[in-house]
Amino acid sequence: MQELKENNILQPAMPSSWNEETKPHKFCPGCGHGMILKVLGETIDELGIKDQVVFGCDIGCSLLSWDFFACDSVQTHHGRTTPVITGMKRANNEIIGIAYMGDGGGYAIGSQHLFNAAVRNEKITIILCNNCNYGMTGGQMAPTTLPGMKTETTPYGRDIEQTGAPTKGPEMVAAVAPEGAYVARGTVANLRQAKGFIKKALENQIAGNGISFVEILSGCPTNWRTNAKQTWEFIEKDMAQYFKVGELRTPQKKEG
Amino acid sequence: MAEVSLKGEQRVFMTGNEAVAWAAVAAKVDIMYGYPITPQNEIMHYWTRLAPKYGKRFLQTEDEISAGFTTLGGVMSGRKAFTATAGPGNVLMQESAGMAEMMRLPIVYVIQQRGGPSTATVIYAQQETTLTCFGGNGEGHRIVYSTATHQELFDYTIKAFNSAWTYRFPTFVLGDGYQAKMREPLTIYDPEARGEELVKPTALVGENHKDKQFKHLRNTYNTEDELYEVVMANQRDWDAMAAKVIEWDEKGCEDADVIVLTHGVVSRAALSAYEQLRAEGKKVGYFRPITVRPFPEEQLRAAIKGAKKLLVAESAYGQLLKFVQSAIYGSTIEIVPMLRPGVGITTEELVEELSKL
Repeated sequence: MQELKENNILQPAMPSSWNEETKPHKFCPGCGHGMILKVLGETIDELGIKDQVVFGCDIGCSLLSWDFFACDSVQTHHGRTTPVITGMKRANNEIIGIAYMGDGGGYAIGSQHLFNAAVRNEKITIILCNNCNYGMTGGQMAPTTLPGMKTETTPYGRDIEQTGAPTKGPEMVAAVAPEGAYVARGTVANLRQAKGFIKKALENQIAGNGISFVEILSGCPTNWRTNAKQTWEFIEKDMAQYFKVGELRTPQKKEG
Repeated sequence: MAEVSLKGEQRVFMTGNEAVAWAAVAAKVDIMYGYPITPQNEIMHYWTRLAPKYGKRFLQTEDEISAGFTTLGGVMSGRKAFTATAGPGNVLMQESAGMAEMMRLPIVYVIQQRGGPSTATVIYAQQETTLTCFGGNGEGHRIVYSTATHQELFDYTIKAFNSAWTYRFPTFVLGDGYQAKMREPLTIYDPEARGEELVKPTALVGENHKDKQFKHLRNTYNTEDELYEVVMANQRDWDAMAAKVIEWDEKGCEDADVIVLTHGVVSRAALSAYEQLRAEGKKVGYFRPITVRPFPEEQLRAAIKGAKKLLVAESAYGQLLKFVQSAIYGSTIEIVPMLRPGVGITTEELVEELSKL
């Protein structure tokens, strides 16, 4: 058994950077957060950075991850994880700072922080879970709610004439961040790829190149009121059609 | 800016904002985060000029919300960190101050009050006293030093970092636009050369060493009872601390018929009025809270015991007055308010008011 684990033939049940005492985690069945945090945990293990990481989590469902990792963690206010991790990294650049948030925290209440952290090319890693709605507060419209999509505050469907079109976060960050930035959009429907993006985002911070931003498309069956099949269809078809998965920015290879 | 240093004691002539920047250097502060708003701007201007010479850092953020939260990030990583603001910026910083109260983060804010409400004036007021003392949601705790002179701005900025890191409550230096912008003489110094200890910061997270135990810091709680325990534990720490940090000044209250009560820069006019009237043989007293939170309640109650009237004068419409009414509840002394929202109060005006009583 141990041999199988060591040779990577059998995946360990839990990444060692996970805090076993708080498992099973607190997210709803079918929620994408657990999947994103799993690949983040595996990546922290693979890079061997557990003791340098400070994991910051926002308000909304992401706050349920405040005791998720066996790493230093700070739970902040809605939208304020980006400035907290920024301030930390500015004061002590030995830290590997991870700001974890939802689409509301990144694209609405904390959008000025995300935008300006990108402009300043802060040497931090931001991972944002996009599930098209505010989950924790009961399924209201988020900046990422798709056109026509029903939520508690758009009960007849999102009217983009009234509310604007869904925010394309990685595209915005990619447009304003200087050279050295790493920007990608992954999906829980392709975790292997998402993990690769997250790994590059952490490596980019370790190399000190610039801001690293990864949005992950995720599901919220509780508030979407969808079964497993419908949930996957929405993530893989509806969301992926509007939010294109892939890398938007990679730092240029350094000479020599 | 003045070509001075912290070697030895130096007599200097500078603005209050410059004095604050020098005090932060003297207190061995590592990093400032800030966003421009008048009348505190020159704290950043002087800090950014001093920073490279003393190995310090600065980050200009996108707004005051970010300035507050980046400062908290700096504090959590174990650095002495501060920010400064005024007016509407003070409102935006209350969100970070609330998080500091809940998580007991030793952040230091310097507030140079301007007129309000809203944009109002960039010049002067004492209208942010209540906001600075009680601006958070819930019932958090913070230490607030209300300064009156440039020497105090220097001394209490240094002290604010010591109090914050000793007691782990957010700490404010409450100045105003007059103190920020005018020049006056003061002595700047290296506190350690004087034998004054500087409390060393420690990292709350992010320190990588052998035998590291990970920490989870949070400000969210699941149940009423869980929250109650946390709030009450903070309250007990506060109650145990308060007597040690309370500071006030009083003169001639023992035999006074009338006592003038002021805080901040208005105390300078009050002190002059007191001295002038005492020289004329009038039985006047002078009382000034230096910590407006925790408020020197017992000291004030003792000071007013023999007096008949209490003149409460402030450049606001009843903020200090409410603190006083609450502090001396049950006393039958007649309170005479002199409320001048957003305008200065002179010695002559106080002499005139006191002479009527």
